[in-house]
Amino acid sequence: MTAMIDIRDAEKTFTMHLQGGVELPVVRGVSFQVQAGECVVLSGPSGAGKSSILKMIFGNYRCDGGKIGIRHEGAEIDLAQAEPRQILSVRRNTIGYVSQFLRAVPRVATSDVVAEPLIAAGMAREQARQQAEGLLRVLNIPERLWGLPPSTFSGGEQQRVNIARGFISDLPILLLDEPTASLDAVNRAVVVDLIDQKKRAGVAMVAIVHDDEIRNLIADRIVDVTSFAAAA
Amino acid sequence: MVEDNNAIHGDQPLLVAERLGKSYGRLVACRDVSFALYPGEVLAIVGESGSGKTTLLQLLSAQLAPSAGKVSYRMRDGVLRDLAALGEAERRFLFRTDWGYVHQDPAQGLRMAVSAGANVGERLMAVGWNHYGRIRDTASSWLERVEIDIGRIDDAPRTYSGGMRQRLQIARNLVTEPRLVFMDEPTGGLDVSVQARLLDLMRNLVSELNLAAIVVTHDLAVARLLSHRVMVMKGGRVIETGLTDQVLDDPREPYTQLLVSSILPA
Repeated sequence: MTAMIDIRDAEKTFTMHLQGGVELPVVRGVSFQVQAGECVVLSGPSGAGKSSILKMIFGNYRCDGGKIGIRHEGAEIDLAQAEPRQILSVRRNTIGYVSQFLRAVPRVATSDVVAEPLIAAGMAREQARQQAEGLLRVLNIPERLWGLPPSTFSGGEQQRVNIARGFISDLPILLLDEPTASLDAVNRAVVVDLIDQKKRAGVAMVAIVHDDEIRNLIADRIVDVTSFAAAA
Repeated sequence: MVEDNNAIHGDQPLLVAERLGKSYGRLVACRDVSFALYPGEVLAIVGESGSGKTTLLQLLSAQLAPSAGKVSYRMRDGVLRDLAALGEAERRFLFRTDWGYVHQDPAQGLRMAVSAGANVGERLMAVGWNHYGRIRDTASSWLERVEIDIGRIDDAPRTYSGGMRQRLQIARNLVTEPRLVFMDEPTGGLDVSVQARLLDLMRNLVSELNLAAIVVTHDLAVARLLSHRVMVMKGGRVIETGLTDQVLDDPREPYTQLLVSSILPA
């Protein structure tokens, strides 16, 4: 069985030029694999580098060494070496990312924010919007809000819009950064259920969750990030 | 291959710059710039005033002759041609049809005293359209697309607000269905609220029309919203380049770190 994600000896150091060139090692020797249909949860205290690893898998942070192998359109591509347009293609067709905070264009309606990944992948606008609204309904976003830009919504509502946008595509890999952090019990259960559906559909997931209960519900395997701590 | 209206992985570059440079006597405005731009790709050139970004845009759009290097463009027949070697008719075709150029000051890109409809229709007439009714219909549908009230079609842009003028300039540029648009600080002179609307409009048009664009801006928020890729310029050189969110979230060069950390939180 081929892994969807195959990370070998990845490392990341920040060089802070504005602070006199201080080197800030983040992680070193990061190695793990994720199979289709599996949810791997990264654990470790804050500052251990969990979010950085997630960002490296998405190609958002550059990798200073090692390999970030991603199964993309039937072949493996190493994001540590990939060209910008290859990374964009991977994001369009292979990896979705649910960040902690919503970063949306001002003025764009919620249903369009959620439908955008489908439209970018070539779906007709009307059909994409219908799917978006279906998912917003599942996530308990009241219908009267669908036509409004999410910038004025509460933290929990924004996070659910963000989750809808991340879960709407049928991408084979999904990265989740604290997807349930500001949600109430009802909506946490909805997200757990959505993650379950993705697993059954064969999606490989890497997640960061601080809530022990949620972690136990979604994790197939836990990778302890402290073993990758780079600080000497 | 799956059909994809966002054909960033079109595998042949549309425009190629090779070791491009421009100097005025001993003053070097821009040096050693090389990159390839692909169909549907939006590239932002960022840097502060005097960094050489506007000079670079003029070199890329053949408004300025390079002192070194060359720019090649893939013509509609699929052949990559050196811009300096194009004949007059081919250059005219590029400027009138296949390229757009959005100026920071709309007064430079529009004719301020003729009607909005004529501003848009003029570019169609330049490529041989001569049926008045069709020109007017096309112009109206473009005004609608850039959210200008059709009731204002016969008014001259000097009676328009800054944001409307900029949207009209965009309509005038896009009506001929160009494949590449150059933009010089497109949101530069506008209020913040008007900027957001314009950015949203440009973002949608770029993806719907599968446009390639080169956008010069000093505003990193504009680069983040509009571009796939960014080049950071300083002292006439490209000092850092990469995927836009990578360069902005994980900047490597001291100058880029300074730029990114200088953004005032809202």
